Amino acid sequence: MPVTLPHLSRRAFGRLALASSAAAVGGMWRAAPARAAAPSGEPIRVGILHSLSGTMAISETTLKDAMLMLIAEQNRKGGLLGRPLEAVVVDPASNWPLFAEKARQLLSVDKASAVFGCWTSVSRKSVLPVFEELNGILFYPVQYEGQECSRNIFYTGAAPNQQAIPAVDYLLSEDGGGAKRFALVGTDYVYPRTTNQILVNYLKAKGIAEADIMVNYTPFGQSDWQTIVSQIKTFGSAGRKTAVVSTINGDANVPFYKELGNQGISATDIPVMAFSVGEEELAGMDTAPLVGQLAAWNYFESIDTPANTAFIKQWHEFTKNPKRTTNDPMEAHYIGFNMWVQAVTKAGTTDHDRVIDAMIGIRQPNLTGGVAEMLPDHHLTKPVYIGEIQDDGQFSVVWKTPALVPGQAWSPWVPETKNLIGDWSKPIACGNYNTATKTCLGHRHA
Amino acid sequence: MRRVSTTCLLAALWLGVMLLPGHGARADAFADLASPQLGAVTAAISTLAASPDPQAGVALQALGERNLFAAPDGSVYIRHGESYVEARTGQPQASVPEGLKPIRLNNRIRTALAGVQAGRDLLAPQPATRLRAADALYARHDPAMLPLVEHALAVEKDAAVRTRLTEVRAATILGQPPAPDALASRLEAVRALGAVGGAQARGILAGVAGSDAEAPALRHEAQAAVSRIDWHLRAWGVAQNAFYGLSYGSVLLLAATGLAITFGVMGVINMAHGEMMMIGAYVTWMVQQAIRATVPALEPVAILVAIPVAFVVCGALGIVIERGLIRFLYGRPLETLLATWGLSLILQQAVRSIFGPTNIAVQTPGWLSGSVAVGGMDITLNRLAILVFAGLVLGGLMLVLRHTPLGLQMRAVTQNRRMAALMGIRTPRVDALAFGLGAGLAGLAGVAVSQIDNVSPNLGQSYIIDSFMVVVFGGVGNLWGTLAAALALGMGGKVLEPAIGAVSAKIAVLVLVILYIQRHPRGMFPVRGRGVES
Repeated sequence: MPVTLPHLSRRAFGRLALASSAAAVGGMWRAAPARAAAPSGEPIRVGILHSLSGTMAISETTLKDAMLMLIAEQNRKGGLLGRPLEAVVVDPASNWPLFAEKARQLLSVDKASAVFGCWTSVSRKSVLPVFEELNGILFYPVQYEGQECSRNIFYTGAAPNQQAIPAVDYLLSEDGGGAKRFALVGTDYVYPRTTNQILVNYLKAKGIAEADIMVNYTPFGQSDWQTIVSQIKTFGSAGRKTAVVSTINGDANVPFYKELGNQGISATDIPVMAFSVGEEELAGMDTAPLVGQLAAWNYFESIDTPANTAFIKQWHEFTKNPKRTTNDPMEAHYIGFNMWVQAVTKAGTTDHDRVIDAMIGIRQPNLTGGVAEMLPDHHLTKPVYIGEIQDDGQFSVVWKTPALVPGQAWSPWVPETKNLIGDWSKPIACGNYNTATKTCLGHRHA
Repeated sequence: MRRVSTTCLLAALWLGVMLLPGHGARADAFADLASPQLGAVTAAISTLAASPDPQAGVALQALGERNLFAAPDGSVYIRHGESYVEARTGQPQASVPEGLKPIRLNNRIRTALAGVQAGRDLLAPQPATRLRAADALYARHDPAMLPLVEHALAVEKDAAVRTRLTEVRAATILGQPPAPDALASRLEAVRALGAVGGAQARGILAGVAGSDAEAPALRHEAQAAVSRIDWHLRAWGVAQNAFYGLSYGSVLLLAATGLAITFGVMGVINMAHGEMMMIGAYVTWMVQQAIRATVPALEPVAILVAIPVAFVVCGALGIVIERGLIRFLYGRPLETLLATWGLSLILQQAVRSIFGPTNIAVQTPGWLSGSVAVGGMDITLNRLAILVFAGLVLGGLMLVLRHTPLGLQMRAVTQNRRMAALMGIRTPRVDALAFGLGAGLAGLAGVAVSQIDNVSPNLGQSYIIDSFMVVVFGGVGNLWGTLAAALALGMGGKVLEPAIGAVSAKIAVLVLVILYIQRHPRGMFPVRGRGVES
């Protein structure tokens, strides 16, 4: 932008930047503790570190609301250790350095016993050193690229082997169309790049030739998809079944799917498997041309179980909006929060070290069936579902993994990390233990 | 004892009925539609498609429409609105068993159903339906369909459908495994496909050319056809890319025309320009909602109604902004920049509070969806419409500036404000109207953008930088410059994109523009003359 504006000094831009961060800092407040029936004494503080303004607000505001609901519910049930829970909400404003600042504030000023937060990988990477330095606890609820295992973070979203790999397995299978050619299309940042690196290696191991894999990256917020969709079309006309694996982020999905529809590509011609498109994103789309397009998640709102129905009902009542959708990261927070409650109860204290040790092995039923277990590498066991988009904007599940899939922090499909495991239980107690050399690589767990 | 033997007798009778040829297979096929094994489901679909029972066709259609339900005991029902009929018999049911679930569909089933549908349509009475079915079969070129295609070809009268069916037969023949005695027919098929051209034919032919099992003569012929098609595809690819460039340029042009007035002509650094576009898009949505609620018959043309409404709403808002804010800041670019930037945040947050932070679904009417094939290229209709619309808007703006009193006054005021005032022009009024015109044009851009991009409170932010870039690159104060710059940036981006990727193309274009502005700070078409320096 600077180059395009005449008569504009460098100082003016300094002022601009200052004003923007001031606006961001202003957005912080503290939610009053929900009225508790029995609990008394010093409240236990729970930090909520989700962007309430800026580009990520569209996704993260929902998670803040979900946490407030879970905390209110826990207080109604008598709090934790007989004490009330108090939510401390801060707004990192989709600004990655501000995430670190706010995390430091939550841990050292507010003394939060646990923090639930972050969406993008870059925000998690920016708070990771803060949590390790101050020995905090972070629950991270979003599917991500893996290749990280910190003692202070619990990854309640899917690792690549709990989303990307099963999704590609489905596309390769006869029921999924038996794809022989793959176009990996993504937004240009760390999650798609790492996921695609893993997928390319995996596909090659499955016998897909290099020439049958196309990788393409686009900038954030890409809106002109003409060239890329036409490339996909050409790539798919080689006479063998082609599928697209999409790690396109957020808003860019709408114009992408519109262009697919306009260029006449339907799900039966070239199916698109998306890792970042959920019920929330579909809310802004006319889904009739998208029927049959796929998404892989560990939770879908449409899955009919008593626990899920109750959760959706509770959500609608809490938000006073019968149309609000639920999604996968919300379920991850539900599981993470209940596990933390169990761990604190088991440890009898909110002391960080004792809670971290107590977390491993805690079990919590999923909303969609099965039981999630916190593994020694701080990832969960999860069911994996493949859903097809329906014309009502919901997903119908067409496939699920036969058993729960344990999360792997380090991918066996990346040469540098194929021997690494994370294991925070004794005696290993290491986030990046090399099983070949039997050594711990040490402090850098990311 | 007697009871037992009666039961046995009944069971034997039932079995006998079930094992009668035809009936038994069909009955199983109905139940198999609900099987958890998709292989069994596709087999059942083929069985039912081949069955003469009219009820089979009805059931398949219901399956495609998600109106087929299965009970836990294996019986299958078709839903008609609120009531159900038994799928096998077509008998209406007063009550249905507990636990009725819709039979799931996935892409494998959809593909199988589409094949069945195409096979049926191939013998439909309307030539247009038969042609569509032939197109679908050409894309599938499933070898199993060959007898059906041969049959259809034998009875087909319509010339266009016949030609298409010949091509379908060629593609289908080449889909079969090579056999020594089929060489003549395969050679003919290769020649036919070579004449058809297109990416699909190229794919099939390349498969033949690369297969060791084929006869050398056939492979040679296929290879030659592939080279010919490649040459054609490359030529059409250039044309296609030029269209993409034009289309991208037209979006940039639309986004920038409003700014060309407020920033280019009036010199106001208007950071809230993008938000005017965003409001134009929301107006489109509101007009669609209002028309749907009042006169649903007019829904397809709601977008046309939205054009003047968005212009007036955004124009009026622009006038209010000029009177309430901008006019106090003329000649102070930094303050204007900060004030309009603040205004853009206020507008975004206001829209977020009223309509919510998530995307809203602006409908694309049927006549703007899809694409038309022109030779070897696909022209998407919404992009084409935007291209035409951008041309009309620019042409209209030129007319207003050249041939209306307002245009004359605007030009007079920008050239020499004091002199214009002395001649009796009410300059504050002209300022307000000019700003309103710029804002109204941004509203028009918002209507167009709502058809290709997502409509959320953040919409404006993604266009503001590009808009400024176009105006500055083209030369501030010159509409022709804006046009040239928009097309140059659009073309440049789309020429570079296939070669170096979308991310690098964006960076490369930005770097080129910076270098150009370094050498020519006034852009491509600078305004010259005495009035400029002051």
